[in-house]
Amino acid sequence: MLELQNICYSVRDGGERTDILRDLSITIPDNSLTVFTGPNGGGKTTLAKTIMGLVRPDSGHVIWNGEDMTELSITERARRGISYGFQQPPRFKGIRVRDLLNIAAGEPLPKARACAYLTQVGLCANDYLDREVDTSLSGGEVKRIEIASILARQPRLMILDEPEAGIDLWSFARLTETFQEIHRQQDCTMIIISHQERIISLADEIVVIDKGAISRRGGRDEVFSCIVADTTGACPVAYGEKEGQNHG
Amino acid sequence: MAELSKTDIALLEKIAEMENGLATGAVNIRKDSGCAERVSTENIRIESKTDKPGIDIFIAPGCKESCHIPVIITESGLKEMVYNDFYVGEGADVNIVAGCGIHNCGKDESRHDGVHTFHIGKGARVRYTEKHYGEGDGQGENIMNPETVAYLEEGAFLQMDTTQIAGIDSTQRKTTVVCGKGAEVVITERLLTHGKQRADSLMEIDLDGEDSRGRVISRSVAQDESVQRFVPKVVGNARCFGHVQCDSIIMGGARISSVPEIAANCVDAQLIHEAAIGKIAGDQLLKLQTLGLTEEEAEDRILKGFLA
Repeated sequence: MLELQNICYSVRDGGERTDILRDLSITIPDNSLTVFTGPNGGGKTTLAKTIMGLVRPDSGHVIWNGEDMTELSITERARRGISYGFQQPPRFKGIRVRDLLNIAAGEPLPKARACAYLTQVGLCANDYLDREVDTSLSGGEVKRIEIASILARQPRLMILDEPEAGIDLWSFARLTETFQEIHRQQDCTMIIISHQERIISLADEIVVIDKGAISRRGGRDEVFSCIVADTTGACPVAYGEKEGQNHG
Repeated sequence: MAELSKTDIALLEKIAEMENGLATGAVNIRKDSGCAERVSTENIRIESKTDKPGIDIFIAPGCKESCHIPVIITESGLKEMVYNDFYVGEGADVNIVAGCGIHNCGKDESRHDGVHTFHIGKGARVRYTEKHYGEGDGQGENIMNPETVAYLEEGAFLQMDTTQIAGIDSTQRKTTVVCGKGAEVVITERLLTHGKQRADSLMEIDLDGEDSRGRVISRSVAQDESVQRFVPKVVGNARCFGHVQCDSIIMGGARISSVPEIAANCVDAQLIHEAAIGKIAGDQLLKLQTLGLTEEEAEDRILKGFLA
């Protein structure tokens, strides 16, 4: 179980403080698929990075399976089974796709397994295994290789920041099937930041993050209809207005 | 023939991938200015020069073999100048492995200067690999100044992979290639400097023949207080294609100067150059940390890949 307790994070720009995350708390059950969504600049990516240790909160705690990870490094969190797929993955001159998958797996992968990870993200392994993860690859290809590296890690908690970005429709369909398969196996907690209806519709719970706080959360039917209604101003209930709901 | 010590064998493995000091095909091991081993084959004849230090290597037309000619120096204070000439017959397809390793445990400067000249016949293909490496716990400096000159006849191909692994205090590398009609050269240079080391690399590729092609890929890492200078030049004298790409990673208090030059003396010459110097990107380190590596491991892995 992942618990984020009273997470606050702010940045200073020219002496002026801007709050990015405002006393945000949330509990995410094991083996669930949670989608963080909401307006751009609302704090979704910062929150996800806080879980991985890429951002250190000003205050609050990140608890994973009962252990307070707030002071742990990125590496220590990764070694505890947390993995993070970047929205804009870096490229590496001289590191091949095969190398990246081996690093992720922590061991040299048999070719068949490396191929299987690439297939899961819609890439033909023979075309990619020996290619460098450099500028010769398109943004969509790098993005899919990024997700394949997360799969090769076999994490206990998988965080993906806008996995759909830059990916064509056909590959995206394959990717959503992969997310469904992982979720069906029930041995990995998934947090996906997305604005994509097909990914949102896979979620056990949708969390809408706006202005550094949770503005709404709930199941697919409940929240998704409100997201749609938001565009017309017709949503009747905002997060926190329902009785017994945990304030974020 | 001198017997090879454990140190010699370790150097040979490092610079010429000769496991236990052994290799198939033609072999010439130069050790401390003498000949430690020589094996000629039916198609590759190795002979000592009579007018100056060095060897002539005659490769028969159509030969498809390999040739290892490493140099090792283990005597502190030894300085040598060597000339090796390769005559590659038409249609040959050969793998030539050179390289120099210095083990210097003394206080004196050890130095190897070498000039390798290739005459590559029509349609012949040569893969030439050289690695330079220095080691030893003495105070003496290790210096290597390799010079490569290659003349490619019609349709010939040269792939030259040159690597400075570590431990060379000072190097001045000079490479000159002249390409005839339809000839192609691909030079890949990898260089790592650290401490107070200095490396200069000067290259000139003359694309003289119609439809000749030249490509230079230079990757380097400068650490600590080391200094590197690259001056690769491609000259297009006919309808040709040339590409120079220099990438460097700079670390600590190092300094790098990269001055790629392209010059066209023909309206149909198509020449490109690219050069980049930068430190390791922060997002690369973070990505590898999210895959379980420590920051130090991530840095090592990035450098290893970059120079691979």
